Amino acid sequence: MTTTSEYKKPIPRPTGESQPFWDFCKKHELRFQRCSKCNTFRHYPRPLCGECGSFDFDWVQVAPKGTVHSWVTAHRAFHPGFAEELPLAIVIVDVDEAPGIRIMANYNDGTKADEVAVGAPVKIVFDDVTEEFTLPKIARA
Amino acid sequence: MYSPKELSNKTCVVGIGETTYSRKSGMTDLTLQLTAAMRAIEDAGIKPGDIDGILPQAAGATSEDFATNLGIKDLRYSAQINMGGASPCAAIQNGVLAVASGVCNYVLLLSGRNGYSGARTAQSIGAGLGSGPMRTMGEFEYIYGLVAPMLWYGPMARRHMHLYGTTSLQFAEVSIAMRRHASMQSNAQMKDPITIEDHQSSPILADPFRLLDCCLQTDGAAACVITTPERAKDLKKKPVYISAFGEAHPDSPSSITQRPDMTTFGIAKLAPRVFEMAGMTPKDVDVAELYDCFTFTVINQLEDIGFCGKGEGGPFVEGGRIQIGGDLPVNTHGGLLSQGHIMGMNHVIEGIKQVRGSSDVQVKDAEVALVSGYGDFGDGALAIFSGR
Ligand SMILES: [Zn+2]
Repeated sequence: MTTTSEYKKPIPRPTGESQPFWDFCKKHELRFQRCSKCNTFRHYPRPLCGECGSFDFDWVQVAPKGTVHSWVTAHRAFHPGFAEELPLAIVIVDVDEAPGIRIMANYNDGTKADEVAVGAPVKIVFDDVTEEFTLPKIARA
Repeated sequence: MYSPKELSNKTCVVGIGETTYSRKSGMTDLTLQLTAAMRAIEDAGIKPGDIDGILPQAAGATSEDFATNLGIKDLRYSAQINMGGASPCAAIQNGVLAVASGVCNYVLLLSGRNGYSGARTAQSIGAGLGSGPMRTMGEFEYIYGLVAPMLWYGPMARRHMHLYGTTSLQFAEVSIAMRRHASMQSNAQMKDPITIEDHQSSPILADPFRLLDCCLQTDGAAACVITTPERAKDLKKKPVYISAFGEAHPDSPSSITQRPDMTTFGIAKLAPRVFEMAGMTPKDVDVAELYDCFTFTVINQLEDIGFCGKGEGGPFVEGGRIQIGGDLPVNTHGGLLSQGHIMGMNHVIEGIKQVRGSSDVQVKDAEVALVSGYGDFGDGALAIFSGR
């Protein structure tokens, strides 16, 4: 497996709030914060529920399934780490079992940019990109 | 205590200054901004030392730098707004509050940079990977390649196209209008008129954006001086009144991805407030200078400000409606797309010029100009200038 120093793309820089999200990804589990008081999901990870003001939450596991909300296709290497993959679709996905929550991802099943469509169902998969980090990615459902 | 409505027309702009917009200023960032500042101060007919409030909206020069160079002995207020391209327009609010409250007599608002010959704007955004307001994006989005503004805003534009049928040909209409206006301006970076075919054959950089959907990188600076109408009576120029002002932030302000409706900007919340403050409706606006980092951004703001309904921005820009001579001329200076990119301070200046009647692309009998700023992930600002 690629060491973090060999990996050419940007890697996450977790905070105290977000570290558990990445730890779950490493175990290939998709979990999001859900408020213990009002049951509202939230992402990206943060301390406080903006709906009710509670600091209490659980990391709730959801099915790795989603739907394409929107996307953009990079035709230039805005970062050198992606130069080999152009044109690169960068996709925003509604997570089916976590209302209001989206993730960003790239396809890792060879789906081409011109095959992406709003509303398309996707599977959320886990890509162990380095020894340290596993990123959620997507594949056609 | 003032209500916002009572602050309408309590302050005015009495001086404006700009440098040439180019790719090679031959000056430092500080000299560039000081040049614009001295032109605004000269235009107002005051002395540099009369300035007692400074709102510097670009990195590279601080309030202390300006106070030292301008010989300001008693600087009473300074503030830099952290809203990207919305900062200069948003800082009008700070200027109004500082002057109307009596804290300051003359506030200098300015922005500028060597955005082409210095650290390129696009590169400096990339270098900011994961810091400041971009920290969360750095962690969850840059990792998938979403490292440049045209990539941040691409999904918003795509979503708008999906929901409302907006097309790249409608984006082209915006690009063509800005270029036509720039071609008639004495001070603009890109002056060769373009056609729909030119737009459609320009390279795709970040689908749905082509090269001609994207703003320029520019060396340039601009400044204005804000004071009270009472002080303006003794000055050289007829005052331009600040009839309304404000800043706004969208839902989910630090993440476009998590925003319930990514086609609604912060100014959708602000627009009703500024029209109420000014005692106006969108129909009263003679000319609009709208932040145009991308063509789509103009279309979406036309909707969120209320010039047309949600989803109607695409058809609205067709048929030359936003060109000079049309129903609502937009970006008569050429905008960020064709005049230059100094974070929208040039939009503020052009709005003031329209009310003065001194633009190179003057809207006949313009009395009311609306200016917008847009920055970061959907932050916004609006100002309404009028001659009263
Ligand atoms: Zn809650």
